[in-house]
Amino acid sequence: MLTETGTMTRARADGLGPLAIEAHGLVKRFDGTLAVDGVDISVPEGAIYGILGPNGAGKTTTLRMLLGIIDPDEGVRRVFGNDRPHEVAKLIGYLPEERGLYPAMKCDEAIAFMGALRGLPLAEGKARGREMLENYGLGHAVDRQIRQLSKGMAQTVQLLGTLVHRPRLVVFDEPFSGLDAINQGKLESMIRNLASSGTTVIFSTHVIHHAERLCDEVAIIAGGKVPYAGSVDAARDRIPAQVRLETRRSDGAWRDALPADARHDAKAEGSHFWYFPVPDSGIEALLKRLIEGEAGILSLSIERAGLHDAFVEIAGAAAARALAEDNAQGEAR
Amino acid sequence: MSDTTRLSLVEAARVVARRDFRAILFSRAFLFFLLGPLFPIIVGALAGGIGGQVQRDATTRLVAVAMADADAQAMIAARERLAPRVGAALPELAVTESADAPTDILREPGRNYSAVVSGSLDAPELTAPQEAIDGWSGPIAMIAAEARADSPSAYPDVAAHPVATSVAAQRTDRIRTAQAGQLILFLLMMLLAGMVLSNLVEEKANKVIEVLAAAIPMDAVFLGKLVAMLGVSFVGIAVWALAGGAIGLLAGSALPHLPEPALGWPLFVALGIAYFAMGYLLLGSLFLTIGGMAATVREVQTLSMPVTMAQLLVFFLAASSITRPGSPMELFAAAFPLSSPFAMLARAAQSDALWPHALALAWQALCVFLFVRVGAAIFRRRVMKSGKGGRAIKGHVGAAAPALGNSDA
Repeated sequence: MLTETGTMTRARADGLGPLAIEAHGLVKRFDGTLAVDGVDISVPEGAIYGILGPNGAGKTTTLRMLLGIIDPDEGVRRVFGNDRPHEVAKLIGYLPEERGLYPAMKCDEAIAFMGALRGLPLAEGKARGREMLENYGLGHAVDRQIRQLSKGMAQTVQLLGTLVHRPRLVVFDEPFSGLDAINQGKLESMIRNLASSGTTVIFSTHVIHHAERLCDEVAIIAGGKVPYAGSVDAARDRIPAQVRLETRRSDGAWRDALPADARHDAKAEGSHFWYFPVPDSGIEALLKRLIEGEAGILSLSIERAGLHDAFVEIAGAAAARALAEDNAQGEAR
Repeated sequence: MSDTTRLSLVEAARVVARRDFRAILFSRAFLFFLLGPLFPIIVGALAGGIGGQVQRDATTRLVAVAMADADAQAMIAARERLAPRVGAALPELAVTESADAPTDILREPGRNYSAVVSGSLDAPELTAPQEAIDGWSGPIAMIAAEARADSPSAYPDVAAHPVATSVAAQRTDRIRTAQAGQLILFLLMMLLAGMVLSNLVEEKANKVIEVLAAAIPMDAVFLGKLVAMLGVSFVGIAVWALAGGAIGLLAGSALPHLPEPALGWPLFVALGIAYFAMGYLLLGSLFLTIGGMAATVREVQTLSMPVTMAQLLVFFLAASSITRPGSPMELFAAAFPLSSPFAMLARAAQSDALWPHALALAWQALCVFLFVRVGAAIFRRRVMKSGKGGRAIKGHVGAAAPALGNSDA
């Protein structure tokens, strides 16, 4: 997997690897308000791809344009090489953020209906639905109406309906919202299993940990723009690794070895912390000078930036705050 | 799964139609839907029966004969002779043995006479309210004249040359059939097409609309829903027709007789079904689009009144031109998509030309296609907006867009 965003997009577009989705310059306005502003996304086949951003950033609008639910005002999108996503609808599964099923339908009927919309014969859909429900521990609910299910069970039924026709591309819009920790874990496993079987998975989320744990690549979206699209590693690498140094002494000749802008934090008597980027000369040279200057090293670690730090760096503090608020609200719910 | 990567429009519409049709047909509410129109028929039949009885009781044709015995018998005999030729114009006569004055005879409880004839055959006297006197004085005079004649009058036989109908009468008769056809079509449309208004509210409320929109074109959703509702309507019509047929069998000749339409009954009925289907799809696609804009059932209810008024206007347009076939107004009504089914059904009653119907049905089918396409496009543009919404981030161009399915959010 390539790590440089631009390189990957260009390389894939040049034919080095097939793309499940390719979008360039997508623009969408609603009543004169710009909701999505020139989004470029390339999703390699078989990848787990996250679209990360706060609510209102344009995630759902972008996904809907990619799926052909709405048309972009400007730009092009191709799904499996087709610029009309409905033409390849049988290859796609989609779980929208706002879950919806017909309340009077039985579980197996609901799954079969969703499969039928994607070209799966009803009888086959029903049989597969029953099997999937059994495998998911919901065999007892096969003949129950949707209105008789708990919210979590209904969400699971819709998830199974999304997958019943065995799509090559699965798109989830905020799939983890509303799920408890156990079901979030189950869903993560399911996403990994899908990817391991060659299915491309795209999901939108405002929870950084999900993106960080699951995704091969992410698109960071804020204010309708995508300032970064590429691998998670490449995003993290945009911020230099930080050195965390703990010394017994607070001053001495060794201080010259530290960058001038190193942040100092005296935690307790005889324990001083220093934070600064890994110097260009390397950590070994720094370590040598600290030892020679008798800094009294208590601990030294190199900390790689997380996706959260990368998000703050890439999308800005305002977007990061919005993301944090969304997370807090989500946890409160 | 077939090798193609998408469902065709017809296949996709069939998936939606099958779901909707089954969901409606197997719902409890459908039973009430079927029973609904039968209530007025039953109530009407009962009210008609009671009203008829009251009417019969209230407007008796019985006239008491309070004359000398010989005169009275002569009056009765004369009435019997005249009845076969004059028929219903004559009152029923009953000899009364009461010696009371005529005004007292009229007041006798339980008798129910409308008038009393007294006096003699040469000078009969009629005692009754003015209205009855106006009605009966002529017939009573005729009976008295017949009664006092020495021998029964000789009436010449009138040679009869019956014809089916005159041109004028035939035209008038067929206008009646055309009017009846239009009225039935209108009533059915009014009863059934309004249901389509609320048809997308369920999907929007359940958030199913996004699942549908992601999988199949909105045209297919619209078409599927219309076809499902048309199917449900046909089931309803079949049930009501059976109930109507049963009432017809019971009522027998009491039902009004309609003259045969120009194209004959079988073809007229077939065209009626075809025009109902086209009219339903045309009006339904319009209603589906209008109803699709509504976010709640309350909004749908608010919309239903202007929609009903619009239906009435269309009906009046077609009905007003019924007596002027070939006039610009009638041609406009036949060409305007929404009134075309009504106008053309009237034509089927009045003219035996078939080709205009082939042309009209093709035109109406084209209009259905266009209406569905335009309606689906408007729905996508107006309703299929963005997600749950949220906030615009300060300093960024992006902004929260209204929720999908919430047209005016």
